[in-house]
Amino acid sequence: MIGYALGGLSEAAADCEPAPLLAGRAMIGEAPAIMHEMSIAGSMLEAVRAESARHNAHVMAVGVKIGELSGVDSESLRFCFEALVLDTDLAPLALQIERLPWRHRCRRCDRDFDVQEYRTECPQCGSAETEMASGRELEFAYMEIEET
Amino acid sequence: MTRVPLERKVLNENDRLAADLRQGFQRHGTRCVNLISSPGSGKTMLLERTLASFEPGRRVAVLTGDIQTDNDAQRLARYGFPVRQITTGGACHLDARMVTSALAEWQPDAIDLLLIENVGNLVCPTSYDLGEEARVVVLSVTEGEDKPMKYPATFNRADLVVLNKVDLLPYVPFRMDLAREYIRRVQPDVEIVEVSCTTGVGLDTWLQWIDARVGAC
Repeated sequence: MIGYALGGLSEAAADCEPAPLLAGRAMIGEAPAIMHEMSIAGSMLEAVRAESARHNAHVMAVGVKIGELSGVDSESLRFCFEALVLDTDLAPLALQIERLPWRHRCRRCDRDFDVQEYRTECPQCGSAETEMASGRELEFAYMEIEET
Repeated sequence: MTRVPLERKVLNENDRLAADLRQGFQRHGTRCVNLISSPGSGKTMLLERTLASFEPGRRVAVLTGDIQTDNDAQRLARYGFPVRQITTGGACHLDARMVTSALAEWQPDAIDLLLIENVGNLVCPTSYDLGEEARVVVLSVTEGEDKPMKYPATFNRADLVVLNKVDLLPYVPFRMDLAREYIRRVQPDVEIVEVSCTTGVGLDTWLQWIDARVGAC
């Protein structure tokens, strides 16, 4: 059996103590029930630390693009991100989220369109032959840094 | 203040490890399937029936993920194939690093088929590539047919949806036609099989899918 203690979680910021905000979160057994947004926030902060070291600067803001079908909830991500940043040397650090819609492209007429109400048929020519163009993104866009 | 463009994925590290896993699987001829579902939809039972159907010499191995307990590994180990439990200690999904560590003690070229049972959860495992060749989402008829619309990100990435517990259809208000329509709305190209792990209905189709899609071994 392989056990993963909190500190062993990959992608998570192992050196970040859980912030007080997390104290009220649901527990399963003796372990906090960690949503995947927490792991994702941890990964983002690892990248922030790396950029900070590379530029010898403080990262003031991080911009991310989150697709509608990324499986990531923006509010949960923001909650986790702020909890991990609180009272650490990373503060102040803003999170700027750009949501990207679920888009398809028509294979017949090449039209790009937003998928609304789960309708993936082309609104222009009616073809069902469409393919996903965007919506799964979970990407960094930029960081704003200030020289220290 | 200076804005530094940063065009890369947030889960870059997981994706890098998953790419390494995928390369390793391809090099050693291992076909890897990642099973995702909500808790209690029957992933473990499906794997039990699957393992029970295999010849003893078949080179198959199972990784099973849970937040706590090794109950599933104990259930699955009865069939004589190598099984390892990954307990995540709180995390709601498996990631590529956990899979890499779990595989470390096995001979990479000794496995033709690797079945990974993810932590029971229809949301969180979605974002984490495990290097799999195919992703299977299991949905049981007791859960309601609108789950694909409620969890579109998960169903959108499925190569196959297994509709499980069809023996219970007479007792639950589950509309199979709607379930199929909802699944196809979020992923038009997906394959769908209906099974009951209790009666065995449809299991042959599932096993054929494994052989055809993942390769007979």
